[in-house]
Amino acid sequence: MLRVENLATPGLQPCSFRVGRGECVVVQGPSGAGKTVLMRALADLDPSQGEIYLLDVARTAMTGPQWRRKVGYVPAEPGWWGEVIADHFPDQARAVAVAQELGLSESVFDRAVNQASTGERLRLALVRALLTDPLVLLLDEPTAALDPESTQKTEALIAARIRQGLSVLWTTHDRAQATRMASRILTVESGLVSDGRAA
Amino acid sequence: MENGYIALGAGDLAVGAALIALDAGLSLYLRLGLERQILVAGVRMAVQLGIMGMVLTSLFSHVSPLFTGLAAMAMIGFAGMEVAGRQDKPLSGVWNWGVGIGSMTLSATLVTALALTTALKPDPWYAPHYAIPLLGMILGNTMTGVALGLNVLTSGAVAGRGAIEAQLMLGAPRFQALAPLVRKSLRTALMPIINTMAATGVVSLPGMMTGQILGGVPPEEAVKYQILILSLVAGAIGIGAIAAVLIAAWRLTDHRHRLRLDRLKR
Repeated sequence: MLRVENLATPGLQPCSFRVGRGECVVVQGPSGAGKTVLMRALADLDPSQGEIYLLDVARTAMTGPQWRRKVGYVPAEPGWWGEVIADHFPDQARAVAVAQELGLSESVFDRAVNQASTGERLRLALVRALLTDPLVLLLDEPTAALDPESTQKTEALIAARIRQGLSVLWTTHDRAQATRMASRILTVESGLVSDGRAA
Repeated sequence: MENGYIALGAGDLAVGAALIALDAGLSLYLRLGLERQILVAGVRMAVQLGIMGMVLTSLFSHVSPLFTGLAAMAMIGFAGMEVAGRQDKPLSGVWNWGVGIGSMTLSATLVTALALTTALKPDPWYAPHYAIPLLGMILGNTMTGVALGLNVLTSGAVAGRGAIEAQLMLGAPRFQALAPLVRKSLRTALMPIINTMAATGVVSLPGMMTGQILGGVPPEEAVKYQILILSLVAGAIGIGAIAAVLIAAWRLTDHRHRLRLDRLKR
């Protein structure tokens, strides 16, 4: 699905790896090692050298927006540009359906952004990213601020999407979660990405 | 009262200078830390206007499109440097003053040329008596609008990076992601001239009109000039601010529709 060749940025040494269709690659490494730098480079949010192919189509053959609709990215601290949560969802009926799978109520959409909790916002950002129907999803600590029940629902939702063919890169510091989710592990240390063995 | 105005002597200016010295004294007494800035600005005002007076005298005695043009370019250059100096998060490299100079060259020359070819029609059209003061008034106000607009845009891009990139991550093109910030920048740029137009004649008597009245022009005539000037200024600020903010927004993003805060000075 995703083929990375000599991808490099100022904070990332050249790295090459592949992510297969319906594969969940867990990215591990200490804080500040370059996990977020890697995710941002994959989403083409920062300038980088090297090439990335999605289904054998080079990143440079698509515009930035086309690429990011297919390679979705949910950062650890998602941003919000509107006043109310609903402003961020053009198709609210679809959004509500996905949100309910994550244990969110429909009323959360009518709330001001700053009145939603960190955990709610984190799950809503995941919903927002899923609605563009990405082929690859980059998740940066998607459950770090969630209670165990919401974490379990999030894992279940992503696992279901993976079974439907979604490819996922998932960073986490939680070893148990890595074991539950990973089909493979990448480690990032001081900007060096090592392709791991099967988990 | 020859020529219908009261000429000022050195003693008259000393009265004014004493008031600036009073400001500096207050700053010293109240420990505002502004005395140096007040004195430097006061001296700059006097020296710069003195030079301007000499330049205008010499320009008026040789009516030449070349000299008028050179004076206009110098004024736009200084305005560009002034805009650059007012930025909290300036663009790096030549872009900092380039954006201001480019946008003000466009708007100020366009609007000045419009006024000189339609409303005023001096003979010749480049007569410095008209072109230079007109450009000065337009440029002075456009400079404020452009500086404010650029400052809101660049500071807002830094503060609102998360919100802008959130849109980019979902596949929004760069100008869509920046649209709320661009609107806010333009609103800020236009607010001073809107307030000026709203308050003028009720609260404030504009400097140019006051000057004409002190120079013996009948008030109704001075009022017509003032309305024209404020309209020109409003037009120039609109054009200048839109050009500056759009160029800067374009520079703050790249062809891959990424937000490039690395293009701001560190």
